[in-house]
Amino acid sequence: MHPLLTPISRFGYYLLAWVPLAGILMYLFAVPGKLGWTDAAALTIPLCVLYSFICLSAWYSCKSNPLQRSTSQKTWLTHILAAAVVSLLWVGAARLLASSLASFQSFRGIDQRFALQIPILFGAGFLFYLLSVASHYVILTMEESSKAEARALETSILARDAELKALKAQVNPHFLFNSLNSISALTSLNPEKAREMCILLADFLRLTLGLGEKAVVPLSEELALLHSYLAIEQVRFGARLQLEEEIQEDSKTVEMPPLLLQPLLENAITHGIANLPEGGRVRLSSQGLDGRVSLTVENSFDPDATPTRKGGLGLRNVRQRLEARYGKEAGMRVSAEEGTFRVELTFPSHVAEVRN
Amino acid sequence: MSGRPDSKIKALIVDDEELARLLIRELIKTHQDVEVVAECANGFEAVKAVAEHKPDLIFLDVQMPKLTGFDVLELIGSEIPVIFVTAYDQYAMRAFDVHAVDYLLKPVGRERFDAALERAKSRLGDKSRKAHPSFSATELASAARAPKQFLERIVIKDGTRVTLIPTAKLDYAEAQDDYVALASEGKKHLKQQTIAGLEACLDPQQFVRVHRSYLVNFERVVRIEPYGKDSRLAILRDGTRLAVSKTGYARLKALLEQRD
Repeated sequence: MHPLLTPISRFGYYLLAWVPLAGILMYLFAVPGKLGWTDAAALTIPLCVLYSFICLSAWYSCKSNPLQRSTSQKTWLTHILAAAVVSLLWVGAARLLASSLASFQSFRGIDQRFALQIPILFGAGFLFYLLSVASHYVILTMEESSKAEARALETSILARDAELKALKAQVNPHFLFNSLNSISALTSLNPEKAREMCILLADFLRLTLGLGEKAVVPLSEELALLHSYLAIEQVRFGARLQLEEEIQEDSKTVEMPPLLLQPLLENAITHGIANLPEGGRVRLSSQGLDGRVSLTVENSFDPDATPTRKGGLGLRNVRQRLEARYGKEAGMRVSAEEGTFRVELTFPSHVAEVRN
Repeated sequence: MSGRPDSKIKALIVDDEELARLLIRELIKTHQDVEVVAECANGFEAVKAVAEHKPDLIFLDVQMPKLTGFDVLELIGSEIPVIFVTAYDQYAMRAFDVHAVDYLLKPVGRERFDAALERAKSRLGDKSRKAHPSFSATELASAARAPKQFLERIVIKDGTRVTLIPTAKLDYAEAQDDYVALASEGKKHLKQQTIAGLEACLDPQQFVRVHRSYLVNFERVVRIEPYGKDSRLAILRDGTRLAVSKTGYARLKALLEQRD
């Protein structure tokens, strides 16, 4: 479809752009051409209306000769030839108009007076057409760049989606191999416990895979995953890991993006507890207030240890996912003081509609 | 076991997870000629236990709190054969392969464990060979770091006491023969390392070799003063004055321009 015909407002602007052109033509007819102003107007207005439509045809020759690929002499020649042909047609139409106007009393003799102005009309038609070609090229380039922009945006969204999906389903290999090592140690020491840990690990893997598929889950499902995760870490770290949990009953039904808390707890353990020879505390709590819920993960950490890039990456990912779903409605606060690292997520407990 | 028929091989197990230690202990059980002299849950304990028990062989976990397995190796030197144990660390594994260091992957299996133990035993029997022929502990540690990752803290041993200095708290280092003196928070610590070796482990955007004998933390330099012909002095925040050579001055200037 021709870009100047839709939407209708754009076509209006196009016609408006013709007003000064018509004015110029009228001036050329009246002043150097010595046609009367009435004669000039009677000729110019219908001619320009007609020509404004004819010039729209430049679109097709512009489209078939796009600027970026072949700005060859052939392209220019095509347009110049088209300009000549089109303005010749215009001149023909003008003669027709002039001779039919001549039959009216008030325009008597206009055809002879006009005949002297044919070179002016031809020149104007030639230039107007080339002007139209230039404008169409501008429009084409703009369309092309906005399309490219849209494509780039789409690509970046797809890439982020893929990244999120991968991160959502990611199981830390370090965690996995260490857990398997613990199970291996338990098989002879405490076979019952070894079996229990196999089940915990299987539960954790299954839930991770399952939750990663969903857009939202109730907090209770995320908690089930966290419990299997923490139970495994508890076996690995023993007394070094002290767990505390304070989740309000009514926040368990709150819907949230899945695997939002899991990376926070994993950070708490791998960057917090695992760096403390004597171990420490991990606390998970929830609080609901005024239609909002806040979830907090706190852990002991070694203030002397330098923060690792990996931990920061996990936090950034959680923030991105929170923003993707709730926009400005969500908040994430990270603080580290007096040996306690704390991440608090706040978001509306009820969202009417899932936004894409 | 040619060299020591009457005494058992003394083994030390270092891992922060109890179950992991128990697993190694159990795998050792079938080897009658090896006895576990101690178990350590972290690197500090390990450094002490090495001094106390003088083990012949160490099973050393890589990922431990505060002091990693590499730090421990650096502190105890490479006299004693070490078998590293790791769950998953692509850079460490590559470093082990490059330097032909024995390592076990968690979960640790019987077959690989026995093979590694046999190799260690044969090395022990042959006293003419060094425990780790092809590398120094610091080399191994820097090979095991991810690319573009620099040392974040320096480990120092004084007897069996271990001190950690975060590199951000290091003011400057001064070469003293085979040692470097590390100045941090008004104190000086000696470490057996060359200044060039230390320089290679630190972020060149932060530490500048201003002189053959001095490596300075760029953040600490307050100003540079001329001092005699061709040489200058760097004045640090705490008033310390360090000699700056011509090339050292050029390096400082280059870094300053980079940062602008």
